Amino acid sequence: MKSDLEGKKIIVHDMCLRDGMHAKREQISTEQMRTVAKALNDSGVPYIQVSHGAGLGGNSLQHGFAPHSNEEYWDAVAPVLTTSKMSVLLIPGLGTMKELRSAYEHGVRSVHVATHCTEADTSPQHIACARELGMDTSGFLMMAHLNTPQGLAKEALKMESYGAHTVYVTDSAGYMIPENVTECIGALRDVLKPETEIGFHGHNNLGMGNANSIAAIRAGASRIDCSVAGLGAGAGNTPLESFVAVCERMGIQTGCDLFKLMDMAEDIIFPMMDHIVRVDRSSLTLGYAGVYSTFLLHANRLGAKYGIPSRDILLELGRKKMIGGQEDMIEDTALTMLKQRQA
Amino acid sequence: MTKKIKCALIGSGNIGTDLIYKIQRSEFLEPVWMVGIDPESEGLQRARDMGLKTTSDGVDGLLPHIEADGIQIAFDATSAYVHAENSRKLNEKGVFMIDLTPAAIGPLCVPPVNLDQLEQNTMNVNMISCAGQATIPIVYGVSRIQGVEYAEIIASLASKSIGPGTRANLDEFTYTTSNALEKVGGAKRGKALCVINPAEPPMIMRNTIYCLTTDEPDQEKITASLMDMIEQVQRYVPGYKLVNGPVFEGNKVGVFMEVAGLGDYLPTYAGNLDIMTAAACRTAEMFAEKLLNGEMTLEAIA
Repeated sequence: MKSDLEGKKIIVHDMCLRDGMHAKREQISTEQMRTVAKALNDSGVPYIQVSHGAGLGGNSLQHGFAPHSNEEYWDAVAPVLTTSKMSVLLIPGLGTMKELRSAYEHGVRSVHVATHCTEADTSPQHIACARELGMDTSGFLMMAHLNTPQGLAKEALKMESYGAHTVYVTDSAGYMIPENVTECIGALRDVLKPETEIGFHGHNNLGMGNANSIAAIRAGASRIDCSVAGLGAGAGNTPLESFVAVCERMGIQTGCDLFKLMDMAEDIIFPMMDHIVRVDRSSLTLGYAGVYSTFLLHANRLGAKYGIPSRDILLELGRKKMIGGQEDMIEDTALTMLKQRQA
Repeated sequence: MTKKIKCALIGSGNIGTDLIYKIQRSEFLEPVWMVGIDPESEGLQRARDMGLKTTSDGVDGLLPHIEADGIQIAFDATSAYVHAENSRKLNEKGVFMIDLTPAAIGPLCVPPVNLDQLEQNTMNVNMISCAGQATIPIVYGVSRIQGVEYAEIIASLASKSIGPGTRANLDEFTYTTSNALEKVGGAKRGKALCVINPAEPPMIMRNTIYCLTTDEPDQEKITASLMDMIEQVQRYVPGYKLVNGPVFEGNKVGVFMEVAGLGDYLPTYAGNLDIMTAAACRTAEMFAEKLLNGEMTLEAIA
């Protein structure tokens, strides 16, 4: 069976060692990082994101403290990579250019500079700095479902003008369905220069990771973020091994070794999981209500602490349009709900 | 009192414009000049409509008028990059600078924490950042009771309240605020995070403050100290309000604040504007009062 995408080449970017940190409450050891990174490298994955779940500057009470600094993680991973490149996440307002320069010194060669989907103009310094360092530079428009396709395209144009090689549509809440992805990626493709690549970063909260990623490619995306076994926030990212399998069926070229990725998911990633990353009541609520995937474990913990169902808290956060980085508002919201319920 | 200290405002963006309203209400200060760089800017037009003299030639356009118009205090709401040069030029003419950029070349000031103890021979005082003004009183409220190993603050700001200057310079905002959590707040280590939220209707400025105390927090004393600090800030920013907390969890103290503004220039959600401009105005008033009483004189710095 021939598909319309036969022969199309795309670049996959694995998120296990960054987004996956969220699913592990930021607790991944340098040894585990090395093991995972080596397996990804040996499977032919071209880019591997490695850092605290919230990226540069992430170590905090707000986002949790990892057992190691980002520098220690990069130093652990860099020596086992022969072909894969290390990348990092940088959210202005949390991470800074000082940390980006340090990342470069420790061998990181690619960066996702992330802003909320309407706030691209908080990223010009950081995108320019990444370009100056000679890094593969992506703009990363988070919580994309909170903007219109035309609005996203406008923000993407800003990032392109600051120097981004690639602009991502980032479905942080796992809220999008394929029609949304098609429209958003299409809107970007219509306005961006032909040489500017488009990326898609999905979360599987509605079980749409693979379908959305394929829709993105069909609409013009050439970079797809995934993670082996879906290790990532919420119900996880698009699972890399199943995505590569779908690509093979469709003749889309990823350059990855499917069987090695399948083995890696089974033998390395699943045994690492503290909870099985899947569509469950809370992660499904994220996708349904359009809430930042990282809120999942915080809402579960605080829901238990204050005796409020985490689904209620997540729905309220969605109603209040809280965005990535506002994890403090989860406890605040739980406390306010508690007062109202006791009144 | 009939005599007031004459002021110039540099930068005709959100902060500069909101300052006009605050200064106009002051017993000790009078806004006379507004300095911009774009003759077509809405901020300069508004300043003219409010009775101020304006120039679109930057600080150089103001310098020839300082003596004739008796300008003694200037507020700089431009950017960290141009502040040093603005300050040098105005100090040379004997004008006292209140710096609302993250440049932080002068001593840092949070009025309820250290206004009384500021160096008296300085010609430049820095107001840190809106997040600094909103959170440092809380960190200090804890650190004056017991040691704070680490303070972390998260400021959530409405997208509509953040002008292009702040957006293009988020790193400076982060560094200056983090540093001030230590220098003024009294924490051993400080970290500032900021989030810009575009929700409609715009969200009121929120600030969460976490402190890790050296030993088990004395809940009663810390709570009383925090309530006192909040009341002191409310004297110049009435919309400064405790929403939840203090929450004690081990050695962690969590405080959840909200800052509503007076709605002078931007609507009340932009509490970040008010807390900055009101703090700057209060700081300037202290120096103005001293100038009027003859307790302080300004000297040109060559």
